[in-house]
Amino acid sequence: MRSKHVFMAGVAVLAASAMAIAAPSGGTISGRVTYTGTPAKQKPIDMSKEPSCAKQYTTPPVSETVVTGEGNSLHNVVVYISAGAPDGASAPVQTVTFAQKGCRYIPHVAVLQVNQELKVVNDDQTSHNIHPLAKLNREWNKSQPPGSPAITEKFEKEEFIPVKCNIHPWMHGTFAVLKTTHYAVTADNGGFTLPNLPPGKYTITAWHESYGTQTQDVTITGSETKSVDFVFKAKAY
Amino acid sequence: MKTKVPSKWLLYLSALAILALPSLSVAQESHIGKWTGHADSGKQLYRRFCIGCHGPRGDGQGENAPYVTPQPRNFVAATFKCRSTVTGMLPTDEDLYNSITRVFNTTNMPSWEPLTEQQRADLVAYIKTFSERWKTEKPGTPIEVPAETPVTLESINHGKELFQKLECWKCHGPEGRGDGPSASTLTDSNDQPIRPYNFSEGTRFKCGTTNHDLYKIFITGLDGTPMPSFADVIKPNEAWDLVHYLRTLQVSRKGPENDILKAHGGAAKAADKSGK
Repeated sequence: MRSKHVFMAGVAVLAASAMAIAAPSGGTISGRVTYTGTPAKQKPIDMSKEPSCAKQYTTPPVSETVVTGEGNSLHNVVVYISAGAPDGASAPVQTVTFAQKGCRYIPHVAVLQVNQELKVVNDDQTSHNIHPLAKLNREWNKSQPPGSPAITEKFEKEEFIPVKCNIHPWMHGTFAVLKTTHYAVTADNGGFTLPNLPPGKYTITAWHESYGTQTQDVTITGSETKSVDFVFKAKAY
Repeated sequence: MKTKVPSKWLLYLSALAILALPSLSVAQESHIGKWTGHADSGKQLYRRFCIGCHGPRGDGQGENAPYVTPQPRNFVAATFKCRSTVTGMLPTDEDLYNSITRVFNTTNMPSWEPLTEQQRADLVAYIKTFSERWKTEKPGTPIEVPAETPVTLESINHGKELFQKLECWKCHGPEGRGDGPSASTLTDSNDQPIRPYNFSEGTRFKCGTTNHDLYKIFITGLDGTPMPSFADVIKPNEAWDLVHYLRTLQVSRKGPENDILKAHGGAAKAADKSGK
């Protein structure tokens, strides 16, 4: 699980959230993302057309459209503040790395802030093409043979962009481009934490690539921790 | 009636709005060489010649669209295959003009060369009104294409090496017949099946007929299709070697590439150094 809060004093003044300056620690929203029902069984990926990748696995890896964990937890859910918090003022300096390794995407869901630098690397001994199927952002498509330098790109608009490799049709991932600096991606037990929230009324959105989005409204008044859980209904197909 | 005064104001305001409209449409122009295209004139032409396939909204959903494969271009998405610009960027006016003029090989898009240059320029101007992108983004700058290197056996052989190293064959097949291992699974950005180009079948490409066009195709990529850009991974002069080799895959084509290959036994050899 990841979460962060880039604090910009200048923005805080502009956004008229004087409280944020007085109490930079603020409140926290945390919870878990789980599912009910039976998720579709993830199928083993047939990589026989790409022996250099297939040989990296003793048992074939399975697809990742739904990844679950202990206690019905749902992974790869992007939980973020979609309304109530000021947008990130400028792109963070850290680069988000998106690796192609064993003909899979690591991470499967990469969260980027608007205009944050994305670095795409190819760790495989085969060519990949990186093809983000953007609708709001620019749709580009670049070849990356083994040993070529990293591709750096950025996206200007908030969008969940499916990304794929046309050469290896099982390779699917997502670039989650967000305006906010408050986000988390679930893993392990499906838990998330969004800390450092100044008092205010927030809309929390949880996004999952197969199960869609859910939202909940939460009000933070001080430095308390509010608990918010999301339950997605699993589809068996 | 008492409401007369406000309604007068309303009239006045709407008159103002109408007056302001022409100044907006001034921006809807195209510039191709000495021709300046105007969207207003282009609209009339579009409604006569293009609307059947590309539709009244320019979204590629015209009356004939269900019977047309590949699907007519969706101008609202503003994603274009044939560009001189970097992948992801808008094409130039000239790119669109060339697309209207050229025949789109293996598609239902004919050549509109019978229309005058002015008319084609007008159409380009109108096509650009369908997407907001033309208002918020500038078209990319055309890529630089260096002068073509001589067609030699070495160039062809090196081109073959690149074809293998860059794994063009994964889709296009080892002999360029469009039958590579990934060919059958390819889809375009609308999830429609799409076939990789079969070099052995003809001499034309969707995006042109010349070596210069072929150079641009793999450097810029064909946006909206699985064909990526190789701009970052091929050096400019090496790109001509790939062009020369690709021409030899068009086995029935008459040209210097096939002549040279024939004179040297008929088959390109990638690993030239390993000896004969």
